[in-house]
Amino acid sequence: MNHLGPNQLIYLVLAAQWTIVLSLIAFAGGAVLGLGLALARVSKIAALRLLASGYIQVIQGTPLLIVLFLSYFGLGIMGYKLVPLVAAGLSLTLYAGAFLGEIWRGCIEAVSKTQWEASDCLGLNRFQQYAYVILPQAVRLAIPPTVGFMVQIVKNTSLASVIGFVELSRAGQIVNNSTFEPFVVFSCVAAIYFALCYPLSLAARALERKSHAAK
Amino acid sequence: MPQSEAMVRVAGVVKEFGPLRVLHGVTFDVARGQTVAIVGRSGSGKSTLLRCIAGLESIQGGAIEVCGNAVGLPGSANRARLRRDVGMVFQSYNLFPHLTVERNITLALTLVKKQPKTEARKVAAEVLGLVGLMDKIAAYPEQLSGGQQQRVAIARSLALSPQVMLFDEVTSALDPELTAEVLAVMEDLARRGMTMITVTHEMGFARRVADLVVFMHQGQVWEIGPTVELFANPKTAEFTQFIGSEL
Repeated sequence: MNHLGPNQLIYLVLAAQWTIVLSLIAFAGGAVLGLGLALARVSKIAALRLLASGYIQVIQGTPLLIVLFLSYFGLGIMGYKLVPLVAAGLSLTLYAGAFLGEIWRGCIEAVSKTQWEASDCLGLNRFQQYAYVILPQAVRLAIPPTVGFMVQIVKNTSLASVIGFVELSRAGQIVNNSTFEPFVVFSCVAAIYFALCYPLSLAARALERKSHAAK
Repeated sequence: MPQSEAMVRVAGVVKEFGPLRVLHGVTFDVARGQTVAIVGRSGSGKSTLLRCIAGLESIQGGAIEVCGNAVGLPGSANRARLRRDVGMVFQSYNLFPHLTVERNITLALTLVKKQPKTEARKVAAEVLGLVGLMDKIAAYPEQLSGGQQQRVAIARSLALSPQVMLFDEVTSALDPELTAEVLAVMEDLARRGMTMITVTHEMGFARRVADLVVFMHQGQVWEIGPTVELFANPKTAEFTQFIGSEL
């Protein structure tokens, strides 16, 4: 039987890279989807608002694990066999998009109504109002909660282990299967997650303080 | 255009917020170059009236025309035209906090009027000169006093060379000293022949600068007339009481 040694630790760190890759995919995809959802939620068109809020309700009311099962096993049985990375990336994108959409909608609505009126009186059209007046202000409000949510994304990538994607958690299970030292192994795994998430938490808190100070 | 032709025509305007009727058929005309002061107690509907003229509120009855263009009815097609003709200054300044003073002014010039950047910057310098804030061109709004912010807001509207300027209680958030500097800018504009409609609590300013005073009460034009005449011979008990309490 093996003991936890340098080789196993290197294996864990290499797997952590996939955790990072998956987090980045989820964040990038979630950002695109989330922006679309946020804009749809504040749209003047009722159908768009309804569609977006319906989507957000469904995703927020469904465990991420089930979304993962659906996109890996569910789509697989229907003939769309996705590799684990794609299935996990897709699921996390759907998940992150719903939450970011809701966070960002709040930030857009937090920009004072008078900014809309002032830019309207200057003759800006709706697209110009968003691009030059509203979104630049909403982005400032959005940075702290968005960075905070990235912590959730990093931790939730661990669920990808259940469809056989070898990221940090799955790598921990594999190492444990050969060393049989679960407490030590999973402590190492936890430490690596913490090392990834703690800087993000710190950044979120610092940014929040900064944005309060700026007011 | 002859002096007598109305620049702004407000005819029987009715405004409702749900079941609440706040304007009960308001009528008056503003001629080119005239300065009009709309006065009255809080809740008399004067700000709402101004917002209707600015096209920020829809109206449920009557008609508003600015430079011959209809305003405020649902689906008014000439909104862009109205935006060119009417400048609006708000009580809360509403500068764009993330942009410099200069960009606050050039934004609409480049986006809406499609002016080249260099030309827009020249206009910005010009209008900032008019309000005496040339030295603040690179500042951000939060670095300015309330009075300075309000003068920038006036400059921002002026840059688009509107035919009519609307002022909605623009000094209500300012202390007396800052109020004076903003009113000085507005008096200067009036002297230059700008057509202005001002909702104000500054009775001194109304007496000094306005050609026409509109006294609003309970969503109606209660008294209207040339400033000197109106203040000398108030016809209604409400207006008498109103100017009595202001003194």
